[in-house]
Amino acid sequence: MESIGVLMACPMNTYLEQELEKRFNLHKFWTVPEKSAFLTTHKNSIRAVVGNAFAGADAELIEALPKLEIVASFSVGLDKIDLAKCKEKGIRVTNTPDVLTDDVADLAIGLMLAVLRRLCESDRYVRSGKWKKGDYKLTTKFSGKRVGIIGLGRIGLAIAKRAEAFSCPINYFARTEKPEIKYKYYPSVVELAANSDILVVACALTEETRHIINREVIDALGPKGVLINIGRGPHVDEPELVSALVEGRLGGAGLDVFEHEPEVPEELFGLENVVLLPHVGSGTIETRQAMADLVIGNLEAHFLNKPLLTPVV
Amino acid sequence: MFDSSFIKTYLKCAGSAEQTRSHFQMAAQTQTEPPMTSTNDDLPYVLILKKPPTFHYFGDHSFDSPKYHLLKAYESPLPLPQFLLAHAQSVQAVVSTRGAPVTADIIHLLPSLRLVVTTSQGLNHIDLSECRLRGIAVAGAGTIYSADCADSVVALLIDVFRKISAANRFVKQGLWSSQSQPQYPLGSKLGGKRVGIVGLGSIGTEVAKRLEAFGCIISYNSRKKNPFVSYTFYPHVVELAANCDVLIICCALTDETYHLIDKQVLTALGENGVIVNIARGPIIDEKELVRCLVQGEIGGAGLDVFEHEPHVPTELFGLDNVVMSPHNAVFTNETFEDRRKLVVGNLEAFFSNDPLLTPVSLDDQPHFSGELLASLSS
Repeated sequence: MESIGVLMACPMNTYLEQELEKRFNLHKFWTVPEKSAFLTTHKNSIRAVVGNAFAGADAELIEALPKLEIVASFSVGLDKIDLAKCKEKGIRVTNTPDVLTDDVADLAIGLMLAVLRRLCESDRYVRSGKWKKGDYKLTTKFSGKRVGIIGLGRIGLAIAKRAEAFSCPINYFARTEKPEIKYKYYPSVVELAANSDILVVACALTEETRHIINREVIDALGPKGVLINIGRGPHVDEPELVSALVEGRLGGAGLDVFEHEPEVPEELFGLENVVLLPHVGSGTIETRQAMADLVIGNLEAHFLNKPLLTPVV
Repeated sequence: MFDSSFIKTYLKCAGSAEQTRSHFQMAAQTQTEPPMTSTNDDLPYVLILKKPPTFHYFGDHSFDSPKYHLLKAYESPLPLPQFLLAHAQSVQAVVSTRGAPVTADIIHLLPSLRLVVTTSQGLNHIDLSECRLRGIAVAGAGTIYSADCADSVVALLIDVFRKISAANRFVKQGLWSSQSQPQYPLGSKLGGKRVGIVGLGSIGTEVAKRLEAFGCIISYNSRKKNPFVSYTFYPHVVELAANCDVLIICCALTDETYHLIDKQVLTALGENGVIVNIARGPIIDEKELVRCLVQGEIGGAGLDVFEHEPHVPTELFGLDNVVMSPHNAVFTNETFEDRRKLVVGNLEAFFSNDPLLTPVSLDDQPHFSGELLASLSS
């Protein structure tokens, strides 16, 4: 298999690079100075692309690789892959579901607690020596707060299960109501926001869900409401979110993703009711290893003509 | 009040002239003070030793009730023992909030005392043996803090495992976009981790319930094994630590638990182990903990309490695997309001001869020495 060309779209995991180098002819796209020349040179040998949440396989790249057979994403989200184009050309697509569900859900709850209980600010208060002068102020209790989940897939359900352990009533919005689920369904995101203390984005990014968090939703969530985004940056109308937070029209936010990562609006840096993370939803040693093994497993299966482990297309 | 006939009678009954003089002096002193207990009604008096934190947040009338009068010792310039002698002899209840111990000495100065109401979860600031001896009832905090405490434990634990505070600092310093290959160091997965709870009381139980939902495996050490839970019981903390990835301190501070978490326990926990303490600072040998953290002999810590608050070992400030909070695990608006209602509720119930809302049983209390008590009062 060592002659099979695999193009890795961006740096994502050293272990994955090493393992792919053992099995294939790995090309690291980010080290290439002249990308279009490179593609012209190697277009007949590259049969697989490995992408992630930052870079995948758009129409342009797919068109430039006539021998492309499979796109394996080091992520569960598929928004960086032109799925329609892949379907059209018979290109297989795989992702890394399930193995990262727990970590992402853990982080969502961690963000809720950090924002409501001002944990990062409390830590800062201690480190600055201010505790010697007086107590930190009162914060907001998390247990019992109404949690509204947008998207009740694997990650949404895992968030719900955790929040239930804190006696949080669970509400949700999804493309269709799920009658077998005991949580309360709201037919629109605005209504969900109006009836939740904490709103968390846990759905896939598609054309329909782009800017699903807009001004109207933010207003409905209100000056005591908290937004948690562990989905994708473009789920949120970022300038609207920033002005709502700066003006105090939204109570707080915990954000792991942004519209133009790694750029983060600087107006948020000084806000004590906002916690910002550098897209670490699945960022644990254990989970990234499991994700890497899935990518390798899917590629191996494909080139050995065996059934794919986690196919999407 | 001090007319000549009284003085004559007093002189007849009193001992030496010197004794008499000193009695007069004391009486004269109290005469110049504005009377603090002069009312026309029969309402009982409730003594408040120090200004409660509740008053700072909700105002001086937070504990007011039509069923009793409040006597505020902290509003008097007199030293406490003198104040109690002069004004608190008919006091039937005392409200003890953080930093206001109810020692045997204080109890001896309150002959009418029948009830101590405390707002603290820990009871190590009250001389419970003395209360039992005198038949004084004690009303505690019940379980009002359990949810907030458990929430704080989980918050600290996820923060340490997933580097939330450290990563938040990283982003807010503008470091994410300034990196050429933007990838923050990986954290550790919480799911599947073995969590050992030291003290499976009401807080420990709430912690267990939450962490089970994250896929953690729960075991515990307590004074006694609980036959109603299915978690694995370890009779010794060292054994618990040796078999866990995370150690969570949820027990009371007593003579037995002082420095319970020592070098042996920390070594057993190991270099990937994480410790979380929301109970009391002195349960952990802090010097040893700091040494282990600085030298990488344990993996991380989430700490809400310290041995000498508000002083925190500065060696911890440079560590990204340590998350600290200023003893505010229960400092939420909601719980403070619940606490205010509980104090008033217990007092009103007591004076209506109704059962206390949150009575503390004095029979099965752990022992704590006077020495420990004295060190905590300072």
